[in-house]
Amino acid sequence: MKRKNTHTKSFLLLSLLLLVLWLVNISLGSVLIPLDAIVSILFEGEGVKESWRIIVLNYRIPKAITAVLVGSGLSVSGLLMQTLFRNPLAGPFVLGISSGASLGVAFLILGASFLGGSLLVFSTSSWALALAASVGAFLVLSAVIVAAARVRNTMSILIIGLMFGSITTAVISVLSYFSEAAQIQQFLFWSFGNLGNLSWNELSVFFVVYFVAMSGLLILIKPLNSYLLGEAYAKSLGVNVQRTSLLILTITSLLAGVITAFAGPIAFIGLAVPHITKLLFTTSNHKILLPAVALLGAVVLLICDTIAQLPMSELTLPINAITSLFGAPVVVWLLVRKKKIYV
Amino acid sequence: MSAILETNNLTIGYTQKTRETVVSQKINLCFEKGTLVALLGENGVGKSTLLRTLSGVQNSLKGMVSIKGKDLKSYTHKELATTVSLVLTTRLPESQLTVFELIALGRQPYTNWVDTLTAIDLEKITWAMEETAVTSLKEQPIFELSDGQLQRVLIARALAQDTDLILLDEPTAHLDIHHTFNVFSLLEKLAKTTKKTIIVSTHEVNLAIQYADQLVLLTKDEVRAGTVASLQSENVFENLFPKEHVSFNRTLQQFVVRTSI
Repeated sequence: MKRKNTHTKSFLLLSLLLLVLWLVNISLGSVLIPLDAIVSILFEGEGVKESWRIIVLNYRIPKAITAVLVGSGLSVSGLLMQTLFRNPLAGPFVLGISSGASLGVAFLILGASFLGGSLLVFSTSSWALALAASVGAFLVLSAVIVAAARVRNTMSILIIGLMFGSITTAVISVLSYFSEAAQIQQFLFWSFGNLGNLSWNELSVFFVVYFVAMSGLLILIKPLNSYLLGEAYAKSLGVNVQRTSLLILTITSLLAGVITAFAGPIAFIGLAVPHITKLLFTTSNHKILLPAVALLGAVVLLICDTIAQLPMSELTLPINAITSLFGAPVVVWLLVRKKKIYV
Repeated sequence: MSAILETNNLTIGYTQKTRETVVSQKINLCFEKGTLVALLGENGVGKSTLLRTLSGVQNSLKGMVSIKGKDLKSYTHKELATTVSLVLTTRLPESQLTVFELIALGRQPYTNWVDTLTAIDLEKITWAMEETAVTSLKEQPIFELSDGQLQRVLIARALAQDTDLILLDEPTAHLDIHHTFNVFSLLEKLAKTTKKTIIVSTHEVNLAIQYADQLVLLTKDEVRAGTVASLQSENVFENLFPKEHVSFNRTLQQFVVRTSI
């Protein structure tokens, strides 16, 4: 009972933190907009500069929402992978989902120089990038699923995911070797990750996919908990292991695929946030872990994005660099202090 | 008398692509309610395969397993989960589950979609913890338990699942002699008081002879089942192990080390 109370308190605190960080995030940026102006923009107030209104409504708010969706989505898919594979190293990246997305984008951007002309123009639209990344993620993940159905051993599936990752990296290097500097630069920029590229239109597509994937989690809470004992026990508890695993993989690929498509390959979050959550909440119960991981993921990515904007300056750093720079030491510190990690 | 579990000319083994590897065949078993059954046999003779086949984790190659008079193959996942529970030797993945949470997982076949524990669930869990004497460990994380405690907790989980059959795969594999006795006497007591049928594979032949109501002896050539007395009169114990190091002493009803003369 005592533990339940502290969980409620942690949830309240995290939600409050999320709200505050979200407001901080939209009030910071390369253009200085005072807080009272932000508040009156949010609540349809009058007497605010039109340029400020456009900046906040069309750039900062979509970006802050994207940060929340990306952070929670990646963290949740990381948690799903860690429980499914009962391996603390699992995450959307390890399974080759993100490398698949990168491959799709690489083919689009770098391959465009071979075909030239119309494709070159096409490749610059963010819709095309999103589509290419989703197709790539889906293809690699299907390959992993097909392989997984044959080997059934979770450790082998992880290794297969890693191998697919290496193959895609190799293909990308070959593609870049034959590409021109401009294309390589464009690809490089995509791989830095970017939360601020989404219009309201794209954001709504993103949100629909995110929402569909996240609602699937509701029926997964119970089987995920039984997975904590291993596949054989899960099966003996009445879980249809094959169907559940497929559902987990589908949700992960939807989340990781759509996120990588719209925001680029964002490192670290998917692996680290579940671990931080497990250490903070000291539980393995997915009824608590899933919402906690989603909340904390959103909080962490909002913090990273706020740092990346370099408050008080006009520069913006790549989000991918910040997530790793800020996050990796946190995980190392937590592990050294607590000495143990859990699936 | 209706049997709880019955096999009819069962052949167990593995299928790889189209090749079948038969581990054991012509298995005819019949167990009744409230009995403690021990599966004995040397390493690799098929005890685990038999257990996996009886629990439905693995398919049989030929023949039939029927539980409560119904073909095992016609059970749904959920029905099976309320009929057969397992205690396995494989290490649990590392997690932060507490003893209570682990035992509560045994109630999953009965709980609703978010796993809410009802009064009945809590009652069963409390009862299972009392029967196995693990109530005091309730709030402890499972990674802090000793092997002996963990084994009792796993048995409690199977009890909480409230099934007619409990199958245990070498539950005493990592235990010292005290805890091995402890587990066997617990299983004997549970079979008597709960009227559940408990099938346990084990290498503790002498303990099994002492505690089990029925024995299943697996050798390369045949599978024999019966009580200690009936098996002894048929001289089957003598062939259970190669005769180099151990032999069966009929007066002691125990396997003894063969002393070189």
